[in-house]
Amino acid sequence: MSELVPEPRPKPAVPMKPVSINSNLLGYVGIDTIIEQMRKKTMKTGFDFNIMVVGQSGLGKSTLVNTLFKSQVSRKAASWNREEKIPKTVEIKAIGHVIEEGGVKMKLTVIDTPGFGDQINNENCWEPIEKYINEQYEKFLKEEVNIARKKRIPDTRVHCCLYFISPTGHSLRPLDLEFMKHLSKVVNIIPVIAKADTMTLEEKSEFKQRVRKELEVNGIEFYPQKEFDEDLEDKTENDKIRQESMPFAVVGSDKEYQVNGKRVLGRKTPWGIIEVENLNHCEFALLRDFVIRTHLQDLKEVTHNIHYETYRAKRLNDNGGLPPVSVDTEESHDSNP
Amino acid sequence: MAQSEELRNLSLSGHVGFDSLPDQLVNKSTSQGFCFNILCVGETGIGKSTLMDTLFNTKFESDPATHNEPGVRLKARSYELQESNVRLKLTIVDTVGFGDQINKDDSYKPIVEYIDAQFEAYLQEELKIKRSLFNYHDTRIHACLYFIAPTGHSLKSLDLVTMKKLDSKVNIIPIIAKADTIAKNELHKFKSKIMSELVSNGVQIYQFPTDEETVAEINATMSVHLPFAVVGSTEEVKIGNKMAKARQYPWGVVQVENESHCDFVKLREMLIRVNMEDLREQTHARHYELYRRCKLEEMGFKDTDPDSKPFSLQETYEAKRNEFLGELQKKEEEMRQMFVMRVKEKEAELKEAEKELHEKFDLLKRTHQEEKKKVEDKKKELEEEVNNFQKKKAAAQLLQSQAQQSGAQQTKKDKDKKNASFT
Repeated sequence: MSELVPEPRPKPAVPMKPVSINSNLLGYVGIDTIIEQMRKKTMKTGFDFNIMVVGQSGLGKSTLVNTLFKSQVSRKAASWNREEKIPKTVEIKAIGHVIEEGGVKMKLTVIDTPGFGDQINNENCWEPIEKYINEQYEKFLKEEVNIARKKRIPDTRVHCCLYFISPTGHSLRPLDLEFMKHLSKVVNIIPVIAKADTMTLEEKSEFKQRVRKELEVNGIEFYPQKEFDEDLEDKTENDKIRQESMPFAVVGSDKEYQVNGKRVLGRKTPWGIIEVENLNHCEFALLRDFVIRTHLQDLKEVTHNIHYETYRAKRLNDNGGLPPVSVDTEESHDSNP
Repeated sequence: MAQSEELRNLSLSGHVGFDSLPDQLVNKSTSQGFCFNILCVGETGIGKSTLMDTLFNTKFESDPATHNEPGVRLKARSYELQESNVRLKLTIVDTVGFGDQINKDDSYKPIVEYIDAQFEAYLQEELKIKRSLFNYHDTRIHACLYFIAPTGHSLKSLDLVTMKKLDSKVNIIPIIAKADTIAKNELHKFKSKIMSELVSNGVQIYQFPTDEETVAEINATMSVHLPFAVVGSTEEVKIGNKMAKARQYPWGVVQVENESHCDFVKLREMLIRVNMEDLREQTHARHYELYRRCKLEEMGFKDTDPDSKPFSLQETYEAKRNEFLGELQKKEEEMRQMFVMRVKEKEAELKEAEKELHEKFDLLKRTHQEEKKKVEDKKKELEEEVNNFQKKKAAAQLLQSQAQQSGAQQTKKDKDKKNASFT
């Protein structure tokens, strides 16, 4: 009945001349306008981004998030209320915000995890976090499986998890390793060295090297994961980040000071002002560029295409795994590893 | 546990940088390439291939079809086009033999089946346990160009029937083909007739989106000219001092890209330069979702049970699975029962046969006995006869020997007498 003859014969059209839409020049078809069309559409629909911060209390998580998004995202830092009791178990607090820049609307959700690592006995304190992450996958899966689906399924899945490493200067703590080992399989983890202004430059680079080595020895794949590099370009770019910059040693601040005539975000100390966005002082700018300006979309895609798919496959398999159509029993056997 | 989110609007005190997000998204798509699939429905010889060549500025090789096709079949061809850094995987699907048969009742069926088959393939991929949707080669039809013959009167009934069958499955863009055969004043009447017929028959053609400000205006102005009256040509004719795509007639030259000659430029604008992405989105968000919903409902899946409580995923799968297993078991039982019955039947048959054989054997035996007895009797008789004969023979021999002796004496006496008489 229908013969599908997929012959991808590359037939380059006449080379494009940069013309405006109403011109009558021969040769230009206009296929490249699809980029503009796509951009307009995505700007209209807006974006979701969910970022989780994990680390012991007092490491500066809330301050860093505020610095990253240049707004009072986390009210906790503003009201430094020590009377707030440290919770007995790990709590998960998700607060959503809408921010807009350059016509792009983003629904940002910051998920805080107060109580992590603060107890005397911290065994399995990553479990509530893992549970929360899986719950978000479950929610998405349920929506996706519906017969009558929403046009845009609300995305509450955690796209990025910033893990705060305490700047001891020695090595990673067992809790750090355990957490990252468990969670690097379900979410994109970006390890971050907090309060980096307590280390000198040499201490910093030594510490980073040790941390990198330890992560490698323990088989912890943090974002950007090696196995998901798509092409050579990505690989070289990401290799550079993985082997030199990460984990980013950051300093956060939401206070502004005057330095050399400019207003900068920084921390004032008796011995000088630490400029947050100065690359000589700390790597905050690198982290910000990495997470927001270059890899934001990629974080979302890895979450959707890989972590979510893994969860879905596992979930469907555990259920006896038969997809709805009974004809598919053969197919599902084929597609299962 | 997780607390519910309150959405607050925040103002930024500096440049964060996520306004590059659309660029990041677009870059990803650009490196992967885009898919676009067009279906051309129209009679043989109406100019589908030529129009495609004209639209995309290349020569897609294809031989013209004959009018002798026994039925409608769909021919799909894929091409890769590139313009600046954008790669497009274009698939053009042609309806070969449409409108040629004497009986056109079933003409629309292969088309509908093809479209459904593409949706089905996507649905199967989506339902797989281990799936890879992000590098799936999308073959679903994004736009259907319906070629209307330039009769100048109205739509043919075949057109109405086909478009009605397709309007809920694909984005239909009706166009008037070979528009250079219609005069300007007739064209206007023809267009209004077509549009009113479409409306009165409830055919849903593709609506150019007017919700976004930048495209709303151009889409609105273009919609007025539907259906687009197009002329296709890949040959170039010198016009003034430029070469332009045109058709040369003895009475003048029809320029393809001249907006006062035909609507080709409008079609290209709408189809490619303004709404290509929207066509793709509509196909996925509307037509595919509708297909998926119908298919799943047909298979017995529901979102909520009669009490409006949502079915859980697990329950549905379990239920389906149990149903399937139950059916399997029932079938197995049936087969087993039938087998047992057959065996019994065969057994009875065999027993019957055995009995018959025994009877035959007995009969034969008896017959044999009788025969034997008869033979023996006869033998006895024969023996008796032989005995009698022997006795008679013995008696006769005795008599004969006596007679011979006495005869010999007699003859001797006779001889002596004779001899005596002679002397």
